[in-house]
Amino acid sequence: MTAVLGGRAQGVSTLHFAMDDADGIDTRQRLVVIGNGMAGARVVEEVLERGGGEQFAITVFGEEPHGNYNRIMLSHVLAGEEHEDDIVLNSHDWYADNGVVLRAGVRVHRVDTHAKVVHAADGTTTPYDQLVIATGSRSFIPPMTGLYRGPAGATDGEQLLPGVFGFRTIDDTRAMLAAAAEHEKAVVVGGGLLGLEAARALQGHGLAVEVVHAGTHLMNQQLDPDGGAILKQSVEALGIVVHLATRTTEVIGPDRVRGVVLADGRAVDADMLVIAAGIRPVTEVALMSGLEVERGIVVDDQLRTDDPDVYAVGECAQHRGELYGLVAPVWEQARVLADLLTGTDPAAEYHGSRTATKLKVAGVDVATMGVNRPERDTDEFLVISEPRRGVHLSVVVRDDKLIGATLLGDTRKVAYLTQAFDRGTPLPEQRIKLLVDLSDGDAEVGVAELPHDSQVCNCNGVTKGAICDAVAGGCGSVGAVMDRTRAGRGCGSCKGLVQQVVEWAADGDVVEDPTAGWYVPGIPLAKPELMAAIREQGLLSVSAVFAALAPGGQEDARSKMALTSLLKMIWGAQHVRENDATFINDRVHGNIQRDGTFSVVPQMKGGVTTPAQLKKIAEVAEKYEVPMVKITGGQRIDLLGVRKEDLPAVWDDLGMPSGYAYGKSFRTVKTCVGSDFCRFGLGDSTQLGIDLETRFQGIESPAKMKLAVVGCPRNCAEAYVKDVGVVAVGNGRWEVYVGGAAGASVRKGDLLATVDTPEAVMELAGRFMQYYRENANWLERTYDFVPRVGLERIKAVLLQDSEGICAQLDENMQQSIDAYTDPWGQDGRAPATPGQFRPALPLVELPLVPVR
Amino acid sequence: MSVAQSEAAGLFGTRPVPAGTPHVVGRVEEVPPGEGRAFVVDGVQIAVFRLRDGSLHATQAACPHAGGPLADGQTDARVLVCPLHLRAYRWSDGASTSGAAPVTVYPVHAADGDLVVTV
Repeated sequence: MTAVLGGRAQGVSTLHFAMDDADGIDTRQRLVVIGNGMAGARVVEEVLERGGGEQFAITVFGEEPHGNYNRIMLSHVLAGEEHEDDIVLNSHDWYADNGVVLRAGVRVHRVDTHAKVVHAADGTTTPYDQLVIATGSRSFIPPMTGLYRGPAGATDGEQLLPGVFGFRTIDDTRAMLAAAAEHEKAVVVGGGLLGLEAARALQGHGLAVEVVHAGTHLMNQQLDPDGGAILKQSVEALGIVVHLATRTTEVIGPDRVRGVVLADGRAVDADMLVIAAGIRPVTEVALMSGLEVERGIVVDDQLRTDDPDVYAVGECAQHRGELYGLVAPVWEQARVLADLLTGTDPAAEYHGSRTATKLKVAGVDVATMGVNRPERDTDEFLVISEPRRGVHLSVVVRDDKLIGATLLGDTRKVAYLTQAFDRGTPLPEQRIKLLVDLSDGDAEVGVAELPHDSQVCNCNGVTKGAICDAVAGGCGSVGAVMDRTRAGRGCGSCKGLVQQVVEWAADGDVVEDPTAGWYVPGIPLAKPELMAAIREQGLLSVSAVFAALAPGGQEDARSKMALTSLLKMIWGAQHVRENDATFINDRVHGNIQRDGTFSVVPQMKGGVTTPAQLKKIAEVAEKYEVPMVKITGGQRIDLLGVRKEDLPAVWDDLGMPSGYAYGKSFRTVKTCVGSDFCRFGLGDSTQLGIDLETRFQGIESPAKMKLAVVGCPRNCAEAYVKDVGVVAVGNGRWEVYVGGAAGASVRKGDLLATVDTPEAVMELAGRFMQYYRENANWLERTYDFVPRVGLERIKAVLLQDSEGICAQLDENMQQSIDAYTDPWGQDGRAPATPGQFRPALPLVELPLVPVR
Repeated sequence: MSVAQSEAAGLFGTRPVPAGTPHVVGRVEEVPPGEGRAFVVDGVQIAVFRLRDGSLHATQAACPHAGGPLADGQTDARVLVCPLHLRAYRWSDGASTSGAAPVTVYPVHAADGDLVVTV
């Protein structure tokens, strides 16, 4: 009964000589941790993981005699689903093996922060250099008459009446298990998470259970009243009686629990009384030591108390006014503290946690994150309530971002919502899609319902089944699945769906890709840090970037193209070109075709050409037996199937600059005939298109940029679905749209601004494109970038200059414009590297494309 | 028959690679650092790569996946990436790291500035 959990086998003992006892030369700092719960032990683990065992002689005080165990699992132990041995996290052996002195079963009285000494209840004193307080919390015992054994007026510290239990420790749990075997009727005080779990567990042992809850609805910390009402139905359906909005005022004794009296005078028979009415931080040690305590021990962003050598973490700590009772924030705190203590990251800070939790309460699935109801007039609040099914779902949206969600009875959307909540990913326009998978003709079915053989990635022909197999085969992250199956590696439009399938297949157990935040896979830096490093270290070439910033100086083939683009943007003409660091399209300035030939698209600004140009193009096409001549979607003429070795001669004969139909760059500006010819035209769209193309030709960017200008809202040149689209609306005014798409995705652009002159269009378009160039992820088109950043933010930055960067954006764009050279003219005259235009398949008769 | 099929069936796929004869295919400086160039050796087209660290590699010239021109691919110390569909192949053994059939790799070295490929 009183076995020590995670204890050592009897007879085993370790003679532990602290080094200073042995030879007096232990130069390590003394780290003392008060509290051996999930927070305290985690701090020790994290410190050891960072090599802290060599820096620190560590001593841990634990009030309980046990090793460290998983408190979250206690309700499972109570329910008989887990054996208590299975919830041990760190046994006594673990401490011994890691050279950590565990003072289990020793309560700490107070700390003398001046002498830097810990005074324990057993009379010992322990000096420290750094001290961590992780005393956690204890059950809150609400006042009620007759709760304690002994005379009236007995105070805290007195014995609870036999049959009364808190629910906090393994000893509480053992005592309840023993009592449950002998008793029939239990009252649980508290209808929160812990109370309901206790109630359900005791019911499982055959007891009749009633829950008394002071709030007006169950789980009022997490659920709104309607959700609480539905949970109550589900709990009652299990046979548990629920009393709401009332308190237990008296315990009927006197020798042991015989029943309780409620505030309204009703008496309820019971031979067990479980108190799960919330927790309170344990702050006595801190108070006795003169540290600042409000609700919890007050700490700053470095988890430091008002004494510089004393820290607090976990449920006892109060950070920015918040107390945390979930494990995820506690572990975040432990990581930050370990970074600080060991000096791994002296600037580490904890900024609070966005808490999300998914659990099963009394057999009902519940997931909550963030707030559970709207807080401002402008917050969007969507609720779907199905009391009959026991389902209640709600989301709170602020400024296009998910700030809270509550799912009761149906948590299928939890993975998706957690993503949106954690990462602020774009939300569907139809908010209802946050909660339900609608089959509205788009055949957008929830991933759970997708048939196994349905194709998820159409580019690479990858089915849902193949993705699930990859997950089952050990791929733990979305990136790993994409590498294995190639799903999402084509046009990329299915990436979201791939991610959903992976999350579904892994049941939410997905590792966040460490590379996900990096700009390129070969260099462990996000874009802003990468750009800063390149600037600071003056890295002008891709090989210099690898040498300076890649782990081990290792080149990475898949990172080269993005780095070349980035360097060109940062340095303009100063960038040192390395042909091998470019994609083949950029090496030979044409778009590679399936047979290894190339397409040649001469520049034709605004889609406007001349008879002379057309004659020239016709002559060239005949001379080089070009197998196909085609009008492109961007209003250009494409000569397809040109052999690599013919490229310089073709360019030379054409005598026209490159139309940039191959790069991750500014591509084309489509125009309509505007006011010059069209009887509906409101503005000279043709000239503005030509001007835009003249100014921004060839500008490289994270992904291609396709533009259009139309002379009226009839939109003949499709400006509403362009990366930047300009629409004449009369009276000399122009609307500028951004983030539109009509490719793998179709999206109408967002109206950025309406301006008065073509010059203003040019300035705003340039500013937007530069902002995109500097901030978008590699291959992230504007139709993903704009919703990710948020239109309001983009407006603020570009129109109100909220970040004070507009002048810099304009200047940076001008640098790129000044660096423009026509690649055909340049490499046509003198190859950039030897054999630049040599055939790569010398034995294959090209082109293989059939001549029409 | 597509390039891929003919190569896989005839030139490289099923024919066992013989012990091999060394052939001088050109000069080292014909392959710029970091790039690849194609050569014909004994009726076989071969892509030769010179990495920035100076090391030399040679593979079959056409990608086994869809016949793409591997000499136009991008490289690093570990892999070669085909320009058409970004299938990647390890230098060490020609195996694909992205689920395609392997490429044949050939021994290649420099001798007095000559590129020597053993086919």
